[in-house]
Amino acid sequence: MKNLISIRDLNADEILQLLALAESLEKNPAQISLTRRVMAAIFYEASTRTRMSFESAMKRLGGEVIGMVGTSGTSVEKGETLADTTRILARYSDIIVIRHPLEGAAKYVSEQVNIPVVNAGDGANQHPSQSLLDLYTIKKAQGKLENLKLALIGDLKYGRTVHSLAYALAPFEPEFYFVSPKSLRMPSHILNDLSNMKVKFQEKEKLGKIVNEVDIMYVTRIQRERFPDREEYEKVKNAYIISADLLENAKDNMKVMHPLPRVNEITTDVDDTKYAYYFDQAENGVYMRQAILATLLGEAK
Amino acid sequence: MKELKVDPIRNGTVIDHIPAGRVQRVLAILKPRSSDIVMMGMNFSSRAMKKKDIIKIEGRELTQNEVNSIALIAPDAKVSIIREFKVAQKTKVEIPELIEGLVACSNPKCITNAEPMQTRFKLVNIEKRQLACQYCERVFMADEMDHI
Repeated sequence: MKNLISIRDLNADEILQLLALAESLEKNPAQISLTRRVMAAIFYEASTRTRMSFESAMKRLGGEVIGMVGTSGTSVEKGETLADTTRILARYSDIIVIRHPLEGAAKYVSEQVNIPVVNAGDGANQHPSQSLLDLYTIKKAQGKLENLKLALIGDLKYGRTVHSLAYALAPFEPEFYFVSPKSLRMPSHILNDLSNMKVKFQEKEKLGKIVNEVDIMYVTRIQRERFPDREEYEKVKNAYIISADLLENAKDNMKVMHPLPRVNEITTDVDDTKYAYYFDQAENGVYMRQAILATLLGEAK
Repeated sequence: MKELKVDPIRNGTVIDHIPAGRVQRVLAILKPRSSDIVMMGMNFSSRAMKKKDIIKIEGRELTQNEVNSIALIAPDAKVSIIREFKVAQKTKVEIPELIEGLVACSNPKCITNAEPMQTRFKLVNIEKRQLACQYCERVFMADEMDHI
């Protein structure tokens, strides 16, 4: 693995190797040292969690971080191309982590530089470290990735995380429920791809009994700005709210995940139940990103 | 109106069955050299296509790669290599596996539309004529795409 650009570039073995390394780093972070290595975090778009999680991962392994957030005050504002900006930063660092609003930007950068590139989000396209940390979290929660029943809930049309997660889990024979309002259904090209990969799925508009059947509920936020008219938003906004009451008859080991930030789609009374797993999920991001950085920098053992 | 209105060529290439109106775009892709003698026919009658365009290039035999580069806009074109006034070889165009720098990505948020760079597409489904952008990963129908 030279770069991490798209979850679709990884086969099941590579995914499992990264998961195993994350697990071992969680137990014993001292086994790998990235001392005197420099990570350039190039964020053309604001991001708190992803950026800080990558920085924490690098620093906890003894590495250093340089970078930029937004383009104000940088050479980008003077009209410098993405290729030039990243080629220069590649001279200052050993690995590039980039978020960019345009789709395919990280892939392009990986062709311009001769150090590893990690895609930390390219527009609506890919966010592979999020998909990997989701897989790591699912495996940690359920002890396996194979043959799980998952409900992906909320905005399935624009949600990049749920798209990548569906692809990332596809090799492990999952059974999906895609629960969303009609206007925010999983895009048809993804459903086609999943059918071609023989993945089982059902589309639902209501949660209903699904809550009691699944191993994982992956909740995403429905954003008001996705709806052309306010009335339609008001109709659906409360249909997918997860509360402690709703989970009364859930499977014992069911876990609720969310890429965060949440607004009101998971009520705070869920936080104190055994089902809440979103904060662990965020923490797992650090271990997973340590595994990614160590692997790409050739330090994975 | 018969094809014979255009002089036959001695050695070179004839591209027939180009959809009417696309001959200039085909030529733009083939980029004739200054030594090539090119004849261009537009709106010939055709039984299969009603109307078609045609190109004859004297003195140059197109390679299969060059021929394939026009496949996206002239999918049914037939290419004949002419030697001493006779058809020495007849081929059909095929969409190549990798299409570089020929068509623009239709996704306005794709990096290829913002940076000074070449586009790159992979043929993902030959029957449906679908191409996948190697940058933004979106899949498009070949016929909907704009040539560069």
